[in-house]
Amino acid sequence: MTREIAVVAFAQTDHRRSTEESSEVEMLMPVLHGALAQTGLRTADIGFTCSGSSDYLAGRAFSFTLALDGVGAWPPVSESHVEMDGAWALYEAWTKLLTGDADTALVYSYGKCSPGSVRDVLTRQLDPYYLAPLWPDSVALAALQAQALMDAGHTDEPALAAVGARSRADATANPHAQLKGPQPHGDYVVRPLRTGDCPPVSDGAAAVILAAGERARQLCERPAWIRGIDHRIEAHGLGVRDLTDSPSARLAAERAGAFERPVDTAELHAPFTSQEVILRRALRLGDDVRVNPSGGALAANPVMAAGLVRIGEAAARVHRGESDRALAHATSGPCLQQNLVAVLEGDPR
Amino acid sequence: MPEVLKAPLVVEFPFTRSLGPVQSAFLTGLRERVVLGVRTTDGRTLVPPVEYDPRTAEEIHDLVEVAPTGTVTTWAWNHEPRRGQPLDTPFAWVLVRLDGADTALLHALAAPGPDAVHTGMRVRVRWAGERTGAITDIACFEPYDAEPGQPGNHSGEFTEPLTGIVAPARLDYTYSPGRAQSAYIHALSEQRTVGERCPSCRKVYVPPRGACPTCGVATAEQVEVGPRGTVTTFCIVNIKARNLDIEVPYVYAHIALDGADLALHARIGGIPYDQVRMGLRVEPVWTEGARYPDHYRPTGEPDADYDTYKELL
Amino acid sequence: MSKEPVAVVGVGQTKHVAARRDVSIAGLVREAARRALDDAELTWADIDAVVIGKAPDFFEGVMMPELYLADALGAVGKPMLRVHTAGSVGGSTALVAANLVAARVHGTVLTLAFEKQSESNAMWGLSLPIPFQQPLLAGAGGFFAPHVRAYMRRSGAPDTIGSLVAYKDRRNALKNPYAHLHEHDITLEKVQASPMLWDPIRYSETCPSSDGACAMVLTDRAGAGRAPRPPAWMLGGAMRSEPTLFAGKDFVSPQAGKDCAADVYRQAGIADPRRDIDAVEMYVPFSWYEPMWLENLGFAEEGGGWKLTEAGVTELDGDLPVNMSGGVLSTNPIGASGMIRFAEAALQVRGQAGEHQVDGARRVLGHAYGGGSQFFSMWLVGARPPQS
Repeated sequence: MTREIAVVAFAQTDHRRSTEESSEVEMLMPVLHGALAQTGLRTADIGFTCSGSSDYLAGRAFSFTLALDGVGAWPPVSESHVEMDGAWALYEAWTKLLTGDADTALVYSYGKCSPGSVRDVLTRQLDPYYLAPLWPDSVALAALQAQALMDAGHTDEPALAAVGARSRADATANPHAQLKGPQPHGDYVVRPLRTGDCPPVSDGAAAVILAAGERARQLCERPAWIRGIDHRIEAHGLGVRDLTDSPSARLAAERAGAFERPVDTAELHAPFTSQEVILRRALRLGDDVRVNPSGGALAANPVMAAGLVRIGEAAARVHRGESDRALAHATSGPCLQQNLVAVLEGDPR
Repeated sequence: MPEVLKAPLVVEFPFTRSLGPVQSAFLTGLRERVVLGVRTTDGRTLVPPVEYDPRTAEEIHDLVEVAPTGTVTTWAWNHEPRRGQPLDTPFAWVLVRLDGADTALLHALAAPGPDAVHTGMRVRVRWAGERTGAITDIACFEPYDAEPGQPGNHSGEFTEPLTGIVAPARLDYTYSPGRAQSAYIHALSEQRTVGERCPSCRKVYVPPRGACPTCGVATAEQVEVGPRGTVTTFCIVNIKARNLDIEVPYVYAHIALDGADLALHARIGGIPYDQVRMGLRVEPVWTEGARYPDHYRPTGEPDADYDTYKELL
Repeated sequence: MSKEPVAVVGVGQTKHVAARRDVSIAGLVREAARRALDDAELTWADIDAVVIGKAPDFFEGVMMPELYLADALGAVGKPMLRVHTAGSVGGSTALVAANLVAARVHGTVLTLAFEKQSESNAMWGLSLPIPFQQPLLAGAGGFFAPHVRAYMRRSGAPDTIGSLVAYKDRRNALKNPYAHLHEHDITLEKVQASPMLWDPIRYSETCPSSDGACAMVLTDRAGAGRAPRPPAWMLGGAMRSEPTLFAGKDFVSPQAGKDCAADVYRQAGIADPRRDIDAVEMYVPFSWYEPMWLENLGFAEEGGGWKLTEAGVTELDGDLPVNMSGGVLSTNPIGASGMIRFAEAALQVRGQAGEHQVDGARRVLGHAYGGGSQFFSMWLVGARPPQS
């Protein structure tokens, strides 16, 4: 019998095009306070802390060390950091709670895309010998994937436009979203992707609190139990992958138990409209599943936090009684190279 | 609230990348207008050649030449090329499966417009005029509707093989230090050192970073500290640091300004380096137009007792 | 439900050198991983997940390089995690991997840490020209030297101690074929005569800059049962962090280090570390950190660490050998340095340390730290499985 672990609190910033008036820690701190306040916990009550962020996004080495100032790590805390989206920090925290070494965990991540040109920064993720010297930006790579998807007959431009429109319409109900309401499909950025198919450039942060067993029930009226969580990576080279599919997302979902029973909600980390099409197929989400009620990454895309936000948004719907079984997904790398899937459930009502 | 500062931050370096045998052969081949792939144990040919089979994780090194012609497997029209990309006029990004290969290579395709590009179209390599052994030795692909090119049977052995490449990379950021540090820097321009007090533990942080790191709460109350302070510990620097025009030896010290609960770091001058000691009382020396004090010099006061600063090392 | 015991059944390292010009980044990590698998007599298919760590991405100029390294590490179709906790990252990475086994998420995990410093220049990566900030006035050692002076003031240590540590570690490195520095003609006089770079730190008391990787295969009780060679068992492991800078921070003996060690000792049932622990691989980037950490880790009372060093207790044939491998002073691929400490501790209790083996080492501590003495990770490994 493994330990039951739940998301018991979630907080996020209002995601914005720029937060130049704040340092990273100044942006992050209110979110940490927000998540703690939901549970009544203080830093000293937390058993384990784990964060996710990227030096390359910040343009500075060791940028996460200053973010730790916002935690108040005194007396010293049991703490770790992944150079990944915060969804993977949550995964690390989940394993820590599974061992029984801690009963609660604070997970946070943040990303400021405004200081650099995120399209260009992400080229540094690519194979440094054959790909990075060509500076293929993140929109270009997603566009190659979208064209392959169209060639395979899985989508077309009007269908992509509909994904964008639905996401921004849903985002009107999300006070934290950046891009909401009617937006034009717009001009091509890199054809076949138009501005409406691409995410906004966002600064933002998110924090989640995990708790195990009875502790979770004490801290949250309706905990979002993590019934399964798994992540998988694919080969790096775009030319060796079938870009129209996401076998790693499917495998992660299978290992997380997503296919054992239908979900009612899915929060997908699909920064491009075409990637939602791929993920819906890979994750076998039917039309009856509410996909990205938050607006998803198309409404706010703070890189390194956007995946954790998906888990938080899915959990928050369980907390509010708007979902009984939700799937949350996070991605990393070019063209959905790496994918994480979590299945969250509320207790029966 | 004073204006928040921002300034450009350029992160630029010419990375020196060693290649290993497979990548060396491929890039050397490009220099010699030869495109090499690598054969997997189950008979597929991967182009560009990688060192490890993505399917089986096996190390692979059986090099095989493929044709410089191929077929577009997907494409994307880039009407606004960005810095560093292969062409500076509008082009198509393409994945091309070269004749003889089982996987596709990413590169640019020169074409008059998006209407001239489609999946399945035939293309060939356009070689760069000057080739050094780099992926950019392929200038781009170009449309090609003749017979498939014939691969030679190059062994992958070259005279003067490449062992490494230099990969320059530049990223431009706009750095903003945020509210607390902006306020600190503004005050420095008036030759005042202003920290912030934690509302919880009452400690004064200099420079302020926006949060009290032990309490995890925002600092806001501004407190002017110094200008005098105490050397709490130091070292004598005997080697010149990169890009710093300071004669060695000099003393690099931790200085607790009066009223601050944290030491800051600065150079000590106005005293022979071998006479600097823990507890020495110092004051800042400003030079015209500098953001920070040039150095600190002795005030002539008696040294501070160790017990008064032992928590501020 | 108790935790699954975690065993180290494979260890692999590259020969650490200033520049590995013959391999790509993938080739470098692959070499260490392959050696760890060979040691465990396992194949890529036996690995359930990969946990990789390294220091800042700017060092190689590749953002999140694990994405590109997935193929080389046989991670395709598997979970892959990337840890970054500054200098302690090699240790933290191993602990994240160990937790996957302890939590029974996976049976067998490959963990690896690396740095290929020759791709750039560490000082460039560490001192990007951040606007408005005062430039680093003193280079790498200038950050550490004032803390060493503070230690000397506090402990009354004679200024000869630093050289003794460097002389010992460099001689130990001669017995370790993977160590970077092999100074065959080293003498104490040479160390003492080397230039004083950041007084009180001499050139010979500083660490080199290395290309290198280190890997381990961690597995559960069943996996350990199949292992061809004796496993090392994890008896305790912990991470602790404190802020980079804060009012009252003790750089000489940080509280996070004390707390981390205490947690490990509690897990492992260590009442008196000086008596119960046979040897230590600790993260000593400048020689003076050996006596400082001896105190911080509870092997000596406050102010007494240097006396152990001076008395030869930490020599390879001493009562508490420290850095039998030659330590960070002889080998420093930054991101891997912490994992090398953990791996060398495992080699000792497995009896696999070769010429630098400590006879009868049953319980050995691996220690890593980073940031401004703010991140700590440690594990204690033993020749016998934990009791439970």
